Amino acid sequence: MRTLKKIPGYLCVALLLIVVTYPLIWLFIGSFKTQDEFLNNPTTSLPESFTNFGNYTQAWSSVAIYLQNSLLTVLPSLALIVVLGTAAGFALEVLVWRGRQTTLMLFLAGIMIPGQMILLPLFTIYFNLHLTGTLWPLIITYTATGLPLTVFMMATYFRAIPKTVFEAAAMDGASVIRSFVSIGFPMMRNSVLTIALVQFFFLWNDLLIALTFTTDDAQRTVQVGLLNFTGQFGVVEYGPTFAAICINVLLVLVIYVFLNQRVMRGLAAGAVKG
Amino acid sequence: MHSVLGDRKSVALLLGPALLVYSLIMLVPMLWSLGYTFFTGSVISGFTWAGTANFSKLLDDPALPAALWFTVKYAVVITVGQVLVGYGLALLYVYFLRRAGSIVRTLVFFPVVLPTVAVALLFQKFFEFAPQTGPVNAAIEALGGTGVDWFSTPGTAFLVVALMDIWRSMGFYAVLLYAGLLDIPDEMMEAASMDGAGTWRQIRSIVLPLSLPVLVSSLVFSINGTLKAFDSIYALTGGGPGSATTPLTLYMYQTSFAYGDYGYGSTIALTLTVLCLMVTIFIFRGTRRDLAGVE
Repeated sequence: MRTLKKIPGYLCVALLLIVVTYPLIWLFIGSFKTQDEFLNNPTTSLPESFTNFGNYTQAWSSVAIYLQNSLLTVLPSLALIVVLGTAAGFALEVLVWRGRQTTLMLFLAGIMIPGQMILLPLFTIYFNLHLTGTLWPLIITYTATGLPLTVFMMATYFRAIPKTVFEAAAMDGASVIRSFVSIGFPMMRNSVLTIALVQFFFLWNDLLIALTFTTDDAQRTVQVGLLNFTGQFGVVEYGPTFAAICINVLLVLVIYVFLNQRVMRGLAAGAVKG
Repeated sequence: MHSVLGDRKSVALLLGPALLVYSLIMLVPMLWSLGYTFFTGSVISGFTWAGTANFSKLLDDPALPAALWFTVKYAVVITVGQVLVGYGLALLYVYFLRRAGSIVRTLVFFPVVLPTVAVALLFQKFFEFAPQTGPVNAAIEALGGTGVDWFSTPGTAFLVVALMDIWRSMGFYAVLLYAGLLDIPDEMMEAASMDGAGTWRQIRSIVLPLSLPVLVSSLVFSINGTLKAFDSIYALTGGGPGSATTPLTLYMYQTSFAYGDYGYGSTIALTLTVLCLMVTIFIFRGTRRDLAGVE
């Protein structure tokens, strides 16, 4: 009787898993089909071979440069966001000074500003500084837009640490900067990793900023590149398009699985030590 | 103690860089953008003083109410969808999949991290009508119906956008709401069960009221995101057919970059910002009262 009652639940879970995974499985299968198989066979058919990587080599020849551009903009931005954001969070939460609350609210406001509001003035600035056509506009804008949330989250994390830790360090003669660098920042290792992960997906997936500030193909990030991929060959070349989407999905999958585990382990280790 | 951690030089050194970058790249441009609303032209063609012309244009522009309406409709439909589906999944995680849930949660969360552009292109092909029939139309035809050209009429194009956005984000809201549901003590449910309350009764009288705070924060989160949505619509429909799926964000982008009118673009951006602020204030005022009633 108990198992019988559970059947609707299991059906729900099965349906859920089909809805979530089927489009992705279909995408993966499609990435191995030839143009001929796409046009002449039913959409749900299997490709003749799963070892024909022709679509992938063709997709890779244009996607590689986009991936490189994405890495060259996202990684420096992430490093800056984490270092500047943690330092600011420390200054806002651990240190004692007037105007902390106001400054925190100022950063909070940045979370609510729509990106559209800052696009045009920034374009003017970058244009006049002759930065359009380089990757600098993306690095600078990404860093700034990632800061509000990071500062806010780091301040929250520092709130959980007793201030006596830093007071003791100060009594022992460590300067405030010193105690941030050798105590505060290392203590935040796992939180920093979590934030970096969240920000990575934000920045990697950005379309609006990359679309606005990249003017030619040589600076395109992976999202803008992917968007222009479909029309690149005149007619829609399904196989390479599917393979290009697949490359992007697989890459994110690897980072998701790998870093997800790392963060979980980090959190567990921190909990045991604490 | 005050003096030990109150060193002004250290505050400036630690906070300074972040504050400087944030101010120069976000706060100053925001004010600058307000200034643009009094000009026409672009950085390429040069700017001319327009006075309040942009604002009167805003009032007469027939495309603006359409974009505004689409933004609101999109935000309401997607937010309700995301939070409802997410809540359903969270209930499933907590009361059905308690032990084996972690794999399901990980799988359902995966689309959240996928690039929007990749998902949009995937859905374009998934719902394709011609030249290559996608699985959705293939299934409709297999069941005896006729395939639908999803992206050619406003109603069906909106439906695909909605389905895609809910598909992408339901895992996120499920996990968010799941965390909230976990806080509800088991003893409470057991007691209710012993008093003869059925599953639905337990959900309505215990689970729903107790998870109201986390439901509200999900709503705020979702509305904040959907009002600013750009990527998914730009990549999936490009705002079409015609301008049927064009929200304020996309209208602003087209005005500024396709037509090179920064002044009017900034005026639209301002409209969007005001809308976001109004909705945020409205929600905060409304929920403070609701939550006060719960406690």
